[in-house]
Amino acid sequence: MAFDFIKTVLIAFPKGFYTSIKHIFKKPVTIQYPRVKRDMFPRYRGKHYLEVYDDGTERCVCCGLCAAACPADAIYMEPGENEKGERFARIYEINLLRCIFCGFCEEACPEEAIFLGHEYEFSDDNRDSFIYTKEQMLTNRPREKPFKKIIRQVRRIF
Amino acid sequence: MTLTAFVIITIIKTVIVLIAVLTACAYATWLERKLIGHIQHRIGPNLAGPYGLLQPIADAIKLAFKEDFVPDRVEKVTYSLAPLVAFIPALLTFAVIPFGDQVEILGYRIDLVISDLNIGILFIFAVTSLGVYGIVLAGWSSGSKYSLLGGVRSSAQMISYEIAYGLSLVGVLVIAQTFSLKELVEQQSNFFDWYIFRQPLGFVLFVICAIAETNRAPFDLPEAESELVAGYHTEYSSLRFAMFFIGEYANMIAAASVVTTIFLGGWQGPVLPPVLWFMIKVFLFMAFYVWIRGTLPRFRYDQLMNFGWKVLFPLALVNVLITAFIFR
Repeated sequence: MAFDFIKTVLIAFPKGFYTSIKHIFKKPVTIQYPRVKRDMFPRYRGKHYLEVYDDGTERCVCCGLCAAACPADAIYMEPGENEKGERFARIYEINLLRCIFCGFCEEACPEEAIFLGHEYEFSDDNRDSFIYTKEQMLTNRPREKPFKKIIRQVRRIF
Repeated sequence: MTLTAFVIITIIKTVIVLIAVLTACAYATWLERKLIGHIQHRIGPNLAGPYGLLQPIADAIKLAFKEDFVPDRVEKVTYSLAPLVAFIPALLTFAVIPFGDQVEILGYRIDLVISDLNIGILFIFAVTSLGVYGIVLAGWSSGSKYSLLGGVRSSAQMISYEIAYGLSLVGVLVIAQTFSLKELVEQQSNFFDWYIFRQPLGFVLFVICAIAETNRAPFDLPEAESELVAGYHTEYSSLRFAMFFIGEYANMIAAASVVTTIFLGGWQGPVLPPVLWFMIKVFLFMAFYVWIRGTLPRFRYDQLMNFGWKVLFPLALVNVLITAFIFR
């Protein structure tokens, strides 16, 4: 007992004190959140966005596969036809309160139209604003990331 | 020196010391949060002012504007008295601590100590031990089991430590042959005359007991936040809580000043002015306090009792014996 005590005082204590003072000089890991944002992981699944062709027309043809794949039943869509006779989504809504951000819609999409972006700040104080419309999803597109690269990424994952 | 001059000078000294100590208390919280933060790879307060230096002011304003809530089942008189009992003794200690050498201002020779009692050390022991009453009374009068347990722990802790606390200084007193802190400091004008070198064991014991006396980690059983919510000040809010807090930090600074004065040569030091040397030493000791808090886990209740009675007390006795034989 006495030996243990001496061992604690002479070996363990200085070790502990050295450890804590060593860590004072290390760089803090804190991210100053509202001012500095974390770089999200490439595969991070945040708020959705709809991709377009290079000429600006929507890729989505309203096939309904994403809605069928959605386990949370969060996607609602109604088809329409444009002047060239092509099918497109007249209404495309995602209920962000139902969405579980599993990424199945992105996986199911045959036109590579819907993706889950890196945005994660979308809290609000009324339910209506969580109905995420097509116009919002089109404007939510990240500009800086080339489209092809994202597709390659998604295809590699699944 | 006439009586009027004496009174005026003493009042001025008291006011200056009070302001300095209260400011130091505020910035001790800042120092603690910053240092503990960096030990844990965090940043600590950094938003209020540069390096978070205005944080203590923000905290004070916040506490002052909080609701002063009094629970139903408290003993009203004791409940409102307890913060004062914890707060005032902490400040009283500074009455006998010498901050610097004699200075000459406007023809008056002024000692930089509020009152140089010839029983200074006994005064410190008496006053610092009073602080525990504030904690016990707060724990008892709050009408809450957590507070009560905190108070009981505090008193039990005090009983275990007070003896070793007193005995650890006997060695110094045997050598110094004086109770006056001013004379103690004057004896340590030579670096190797510091009592830390003449009484190493006494120093270690005294520091441990001082930490226990001020209820700081690893002896912060009365307010063990992981067991007792917040211990004795669970039921307090607003300025009453602030008073406990300032009291605790004032106690820390007082203990740091006492250790500096008795063991680390007080205001003695080369080149820099004596007051600055005193502040530097106290600051380093405060940093040491925080360093300990960032390193050691809290003692268990029985470990604390064992440590107090079976380790500290015998060691203090041995120290007294050895010193008595050497400096016969």
